[in-house]
Amino acid sequence: MSGGLGAGISPDKLRRHARRKIVNRVALTLSLGAMGFGLFWLAWILFETVRLGFGGLSLAVFTEMTPPPQAATGGLANALLGSALMVLLATFVATPIGIMAGVYLAEYGRRRWLGRITQFISDILLSAPSIVIGLFVYAVIVARFKSFSGWAGVAALALIVIPVVIRTTESMLVLIPNSLREAAYALGTPKWKVIWSVTLRAARAGVVTGVLLALARIAGETAPLLFTALNNQFFTADLGQPMASLPVTIFKFAMSPYENWRELAWAGVFIITLAVLALNILARVLFRNKK
Amino acid sequence: MSLVMDARVETPVAEQIKISVRDLNFFYGKFHALKRINIEIPARKVTAFIGPSGCGKSTLLRVFNRMYELYPEQRAEGRVELDGEDILTSKTDVSLIRAKIGMVFQKPTPFPMSIYDNIAFGVRLFERLPRVEMDERVEWALKKAALWNEVKDKLQQSGASLSGGQQQRLCIARGIAIKPEVLLLDEPCSALDPISTGKIEELIHELKADYTVMIVTHNMQQAARVSDYTAYMYLGDLVEFGPTAELFMKPKKKDTEDYITGRFG
Repeated sequence: MSGGLGAGISPDKLRRHARRKIVNRVALTLSLGAMGFGLFWLAWILFETVRLGFGGLSLAVFTEMTPPPQAATGGLANALLGSALMVLLATFVATPIGIMAGVYLAEYGRRRWLGRITQFISDILLSAPSIVIGLFVYAVIVARFKSFSGWAGVAALALIVIPVVIRTTESMLVLIPNSLREAAYALGTPKWKVIWSVTLRAARAGVVTGVLLALARIAGETAPLLFTALNNQFFTADLGQPMASLPVTIFKFAMSPYENWRELAWAGVFIITLAVLALNILARVLFRNKK
Repeated sequence: MSLVMDARVETPVAEQIKISVRDLNFFYGKFHALKRINIEIPARKVTAFIGPSGCGKSTLLRVFNRMYELYPEQRAEGRVELDGEDILTSKTDVSLIRAKIGMVFQKPTPFPMSIYDNIAFGVRLFERLPRVEMDERVEWALKKAALWNEVKDKLQQSGASLSGGQQQRLCIARGIAIKPEVLLLDEPCSALDPISTGKIEELIHELKADYTVMIVTHNMQQAARVSDYTAYMYLGDLVEFGPTAELFMKPKKKDTEDYITGRFG
């Protein structure tokens, strides 16, 4: 440290500088370690999913029905269709409700008691265990109509999506600076149009991302479907009937002693993981493009 | 010595009056931000508001288009007459008042849409124009704002893709496209480089042929360059108001002189 640029700096300053560098290195090491720890398990999960699931994958998985135990053939076609149908319908129903409620919270109810209560309830719903929602729908719909049905499954999934969409819509709208709203009002724009054409539009990417993430979440939910849509070993698009779904089928097959069922369960796990991964990546790409 | 002016209204001689403010008080919650303001703004002239930060000049501008109403804790008392009609108590819908009294803000705020739609957005609120006329209106506004040559080949690109100075001129174009009678400019150049500032100052000069322009600025040279009348405000009071040349060359009040010569503020 003699001469050069360090010359003339007091020893005390140099000592403090050296200490800062050590602290920095320690913090960096710790956070890298934490990241490595998390990544390790994630990578292992993905590896096992691919190892066990990829082998079970075949065309039959997509075209044939769930088989009886120890059958030679069989697939997941009914479960895939049921999952796709219920997940998409639930998202379709819940998205407008969630967006409208989020708009109310961010643009109208920010200081009102109704807004505060709505937000509080929505937050509770957001963190409610999904099995509670499943049982609720069981009591309200399944028990009343005395039948498990795809519709009950849709209702349970929609109840999970709504608070997620409310939360993301609201927080994305709150991020929009007031100066943008004022600029729109200054032209004589009515409030509904300011929200629809300017603020909601500016928050679009974030809102869509929220919907995609909610969709990814319900794609893997088992508990709310267990008491509502139940299962069905036949191919059906009739939402009035009990309906098969991927997570419930995996749940049933993976716990069974039958080799062919367990193999299909892993194939299902692989498909679901891939789908959720794809949705997450899509959400990220969308969000980045719009930023 | 008190800075508060007499209740006497400051009236520029022999000008047609566009906006007249009488005994205007303004409150942010309990804070008294504007104290008994009386002023008459001449039509088709540029009036500048100067004064140190927090003196209430932006607040006054935001009363003219009732922007403060967006915030429930803000409140105005008194009269603000546009061509003789009180806009604070008017039964006229506030949207129509804002269509007459446009505003451009400190920071550029392009809407999340194309350059073309940024301009057409406001026009569509009040007029249903055939495509050709809308194209003409957009071109007219962009030319007025000295932006046309820079954007004529990329009207469908996002407004956010423009530079800061271009965005601010886009906002001005958006403001004049709806043909207001009054244009409020709240420090429109504070985020801009000297070249963009120069373009906007030229624009202000041209605008006063058709519009009554009010500009809030921190830059006294700018006030001297662009305005016909200047108002000096301090701590919520209107201290002095008069023709710009007079106010800068021989101010009537000691406080005004201290501020414009840089001894204070």
